Parts: sequence; C-alpha cells; structure tokens
Amino acid sequence: MHIDPLERKWAYTALGMAGLFVSIIMVDALIHGINAPSHVETIDSARLHLSEEFAEDNLGVKVDAQGDITVRMVAGRYSFYPKHISVPSETKVTFRWVSTDVLHGVHIPMTNMSTMIVPGYVAQVTTSFPKPGEYPVLCNEYCGLGHDHMWSNISVVAKENWTASTNAPVTGDAK
Amino acid sequence: MNNAVENKFILSHLWVAFIAFILACFMGVYQVLERSGFIEALTSPSVYFASVSTHGVLMAFVLTTFFIMGFGYYVASTSLKMPIWNKPLAWTGFSIALGGTVLAAIPLLIGKASVLYTFYPPLLAHVSFYIGATLLVVGSWFWCAIMVVMFYQWKNANPNQPVPLAMFATTANALLWLWTSAGVALEVLFQLIPLALGWMDTIDPGLARTLFAWTLHPIVYFWLIPSYTAFYVFVPKQAGGFLFSDEMARVAFIILVVFGLPIGFHHLYMDPEQASGWKLLHAFGTFVVSFPTLITGFTVIASLEIAGRLRGGKGLFGWIGTLPWTNPMTLSVILALLMLIFGGFGGLVNASYAMNAMVHNTAWVPGHFHLIFGGTTIIMYFAIAYYFWPILTRKPLFSDSLALIQLWTWFIGMAIMTTPWHVLGLLGQPRRISSVAYNSLLTLSWDPYEFVMIFGGFVLLGSACLFIYNVAKTQLSSASAEFVQQVEYAEPIHAVESLPEYLNDFKLWNKVIAVLMFISFGVPILQFFFMDTFGSSGWGY
Repeated sequence: MHIDPLERKWAYTALGMAGLFVSIIMVDALIHGINAPSHVETIDSARLHLSEEFAEDNLGVKVDAQGDITVRMVAGRYSFYPKHISVPSETKVTFRWVSTDVLHGVHIPMTNMSTMIVPGYVAQVTTSFPKPGEYPVLCNEYCGLGHDHMWSNISVVAKENWTASTNAPVTGDAK
Repeated sequence: MNNAVENKFILSHLWVAFIAFILACFMGVYQVLERSGFIEALTSPSVYFASVSTHGVLMAFVLTTFFIMGFGYYVASTSLKMPIWNKPLAWTGFSIALGGTVLAAIPLLIGKASVLYTFYPPLLAHVSFYIGATLLVVGSWFWCAIMVVMFYQWKNANPNQPVPLAMFATTANALLWLWTSAGVALEVLFQLIPLALGWMDTIDPGLARTLFAWTLHPIVYFWLIPSYTAFYVFVPKQAGGFLFSDEMARVAFIILVVFGLPIGFHHLYMDPEQASGWKLLHAFGTFVVSFPTLITGFTVIASLEIAGRLRGGKGLFGWIGTLPWTNPMTLSVILALLMLIFGGFGGLVNASYAMNAMVHNTAWVPGHFHLIFGGTTIIMYFAIAYYFWPILTRKPLFSDSLALIQLWTWFIGMAIMTTPWHVLGLLGQPRRISSVAYNSLLTLSWDPYEFVMIFGGFVLLGSACLFIYNVAKTQLSSASAEFVQQVEYAEPIHAVESLPEYLNDFKLWNKVIAVLMFISFGVPILQFFFMDTFGSSGWGY
C-alpha cells in the first residue's frame, strides 16, 4: 500500500491536533475537576411532592451547617419552582434539578450553568457565578407547546451583600 | 448498465428525496419568520412545532434515506458493471420506505406528532408516526442488504481485485447504517410503540435517550458518506485531474465507520443519567473521528491541486484560479469544503466535554449542523444531482449557468443564516423555541441577528426553488436521441494493484465495531437494568 510522505506528515499533524485537544479536556476534567453534569441518581418523578428533599418547603436556596449552598429546583410544564432565587457571586453553588413530568433543560445564559432535566433522575450541577446581575433561567429543551413561556429569574448578588436568608420570597411578577 | 428501467428506479428515489427537500425548505422559511416574532399574525407554537418536526423528519430522514438509496444503487450498478441484484426486492424496499414516509407524514402535518425529530419521550406522538418512521428505516434495510450482496458477488467473481472505491464506500455506508439504526429501532420497538399503544404504562426516558444517542451521531456519517464519496470518485475527474490517494480514501471510510459508530454519547454530555467517565471516553472517540475528515480534506485538496496544475496553474496558489470553477461538481466541492471547515470548528467546540455547557441546546447547535448538513452534505447532493440528471434522463442539463447561480446562492444563504445563529447561541438563545417570550434585557440584544437570519432563509428558499426548477426542466424537456453521457470515475494517480484484505473487506471491521460498541455502550445501557429506575408515563404536548 502506498502513502505519500506528505500525506503521512499531515496524518501525524491531524492526530497531534486531536491529541492536543483531548489532553486539554483531560487536564480540565481530571485535574481541575471541570465535568459535565453526571450525577447518576434516580428519583420517582411522580412522587416528588412526597419526597423529603423536593417537598415544596425545601425548594430554593439552602445553606447547611458547613456554609455550603444548595439550590433545589423543580421543573414542570411550564415553569421552574421557585420562580425567583438569589445566590451570591463568586461562591460555589450546587444546583439539584428534578422534573415532575417531561424532559426539560435549564440554561442560565452567559454562564455555564446548563443541564438536561430528565424525569426519573436528579440533575446536579456545581458552579459559581463570577458576575453579579439579574439573569433569566431558561428552559432550553422542547417540553410542549408552552415551552417558550417556561423561564424564571435568578439574582446573582455580590458576595458581600448576600445574606443567607432562607428561601427567597416568591414574587408574583416574575414574568 | 444504463438501462431505462434502472434509470427510472433510481430517479424515483431521487425525486422522493428532493420533493421532501423542497417542502422542508418552505417550512424552514416559515420557521425563521415565525420565531423572529416580527410578524404577530404568524405567532403559533402549535403550527411552529408541527412545522419544525416535519422539517426535521423530511430533511434528516426522508431526503437523506431516499437520496442515499438512489445514489447507492447507481454507484453499485455502474462501478461494479452489474445490474442491481434482485430488483423486486429493491422495489419492495422502496415501497415500504415510501409507505412509511406517508404514514408518518399524516400525523406530522396535522400536528399529532409535534415531538420534533428526536422524539423526546415521554412526550408521546400518534402511534402511526412511530410506525411510519420505523417502516422508512425497514425499507432502507432492504437497500443495505442489496448493497452487501452486490459487494460480495463482485468480490467472489473478481478474487484478489480491489473493490472499486465508490462501491467500497457505499458498502461501508450500508453497514454503518445497519449498525446505526439499531439504537433507534430498539427505542421505537421496545419503548415508544408499546407506550403509544398502551401496552406499557411507563418508559424510562434515560434509557430512551441513551438508545437514541447510539443512532444520533453515526447517522450524520450516513448522510455525509455519499458526499465524501463524490469528493473522492467524481470531483478529481470533473476538475480535470486524478485522485491523490485511493488507499487513504479507504482508510478514511473505515475509520469513519469504525469510530463513528461508538461515539454518539456526546449528545448526552448535559444529561444526568450517564456518568462522567463514559462521557470522557466518548469525548476521546469523538476527537478520533475528526481524523478521517482531516484526511479527506487533505486528499481532496491535493487532488484539486493536481487538476489545477495539469490545467497550467503555477506557483503556490496559482492552481486555484485555473480550476474549472464553472463545473458544478468542482464549484460544489470548494463551497462544501469551506462550509466543512466552519462547521467543523463549531463541531470541535460542541465535542469539547466542558465547553459544550456554554452552547448546549442553544441556537449555536442548529448553526453548526446547518453548516455541515445543509452546507457540506446538501451542496454535494446538488452536485451529484446535476451530474446524474443528464445521465439518467439522457437529456442535457436545462441550464448550466442557473446551476452555478444556485450553488453560489445556497452557499451565501447558508453563511448568512448560520452566522447569526452562532452568535445568538453564544448570547444564550435556546434552539427549540417558537418565540422570544422572555421579558429580559438580554433578549433585546437578539433582535438584529433575527433580521439577518430571515434574510438568509429567503436566499436559501430561492436557491432551493432554482434547483428544483432546473432538474424538473431537464427531465421535462424533449429527448434528444444523440445525447449520451456516461458516469466517469476518477483514476487514482498511483494505480492500486493489490490491497491488504483489511482495506478490501469489512469482515474484520464488523468484529472490531462489535467490540467497540460493547465497550462504549455496554455498561451505559445495562446500568438501567441494574439500578432502581422510575419510569415516566407518556404526556401529550
């Protein structure tokens, strides 16, 4: 079989490029711990309201004894519950999302807070928001004819101004 | 082997493909208008999502499947110089696929299957949509079987001879498709149809998504391989030169098939039901398949350079100007490669495990795949059609200059439409929305890009109409008895005398694929049967 020397060089270059990209990804994943949301944990979507964790009173922003912040949110056609939350900037926040019905996706534009919310599974993402501001929280997976209207708000408050109140109040004018 | 019956058979496939295509183009224009929100009267989520679902199914399943079958039959009969094996069986496959298409189209068009083309369980469409889609795939399996049979008939009749490259690639695609379609077939047969018929109360959407991911990336190579085949076997000859390397072409097709299959997982990067280790493994595999595309780019450009220099081109870049830019096939390959470069960069971003979070499910993604599919793949389908129509109808192409205008406007329209989508994606616009209902300052920044997107959509529709007009006019013109054109396959610059068996057969590669599929999908699928999962009941939309 005949391979031109120039093509052989190009093949090595191409492999080198792919290898470089894969190495960067591996370093980020294995050393810096930057991973896609991959928390394999099942939950019965039909009984969320009876579960300890995702009962209505336990949704929203909670700070535990160690000071770790966890946000629990429920996605259901066509809203995220609670409608509005407030979190500090430059602080590690763990989101736990569940769906009551069909597939949803959630994305906070201009940040890397993004995950699919698959019924039957808990989607968990840990991230931090560098810039304070008001952000929309958008459903980015088609979930039915009202999909366009499925969104809520998040306020990222400068770290020093954020008070660890319990649940943020649910405002009626979120839309 | 250019008999009239065979030509009619192949043209039937291509016409089904292109009728699906033009219908889907009209829907595309409606969609860019509707989702911009500029025309209030058009606002209708139910019509929009019915249209998006139909557009996706027509473009990705109907256009591609029928085009690939027609193309494959033609390549097999001409490159092997054999009649199509078992024509009644081939017509049966065509009829089943066409019947399935009609069965799926009815619920789509009346809004009873607005589940988009990836189905989205536990959303539930009318059962005839799933049955129709399944029959389309089953019909295409007849084609796969005929391709494999013809491949081995020729090999047995010509022992130790290299199988013609065009047929080698086509058989690779048939095998790829058999392996690929198994994932979605399992999902539809064991999950969606039983749920839609009420035989089961719940299904696991996590398992359904994993099975669909099995199909979801290699299906792209199923669409792309005919375009790559044209790059290798038609372009060098049409440009006036030789194929730079026949062997490397075979290597590229083998790697596409073998590594393209077990990597569909990157569509699940943002999913909670699979663990990060598996996603990393698939990220690795995804970068491996950039290799055959980079090899293809090199070989095709080298073949073009040979042609340009044979035509008198001098200097480092002088050969580019001497290429026959007015030959539709040559123009197409240049435009297709440009789209492949931009689409490929977007693809590398999507494939990057962590970076994907920024663009997942945003307008960036349709921007990316419209470049690769609507750009590279479809431009080459146009080129193949312009090349085949005069041969199959025995009439000269109605207008060469219209063909060139059509190719340029398609390229320009696609560039105009996809650029704002990439920007909108980075600005956070979700891909699957029918209107921008969010009362947020951020969304104001989306408006100017929506104008550009609409303009691009109209340029594309105009171009698509030109294409249909040109091929229809060709076919309807009065026959000229003396016009005869034969297909010409490019010669490699170094003739291939003998090949190692692994470059001339797929037996070994099927075994390798089986092992790789088990490694990359074994545990991710089996886990659903070992852990406590909770099913979801079906939902309307």
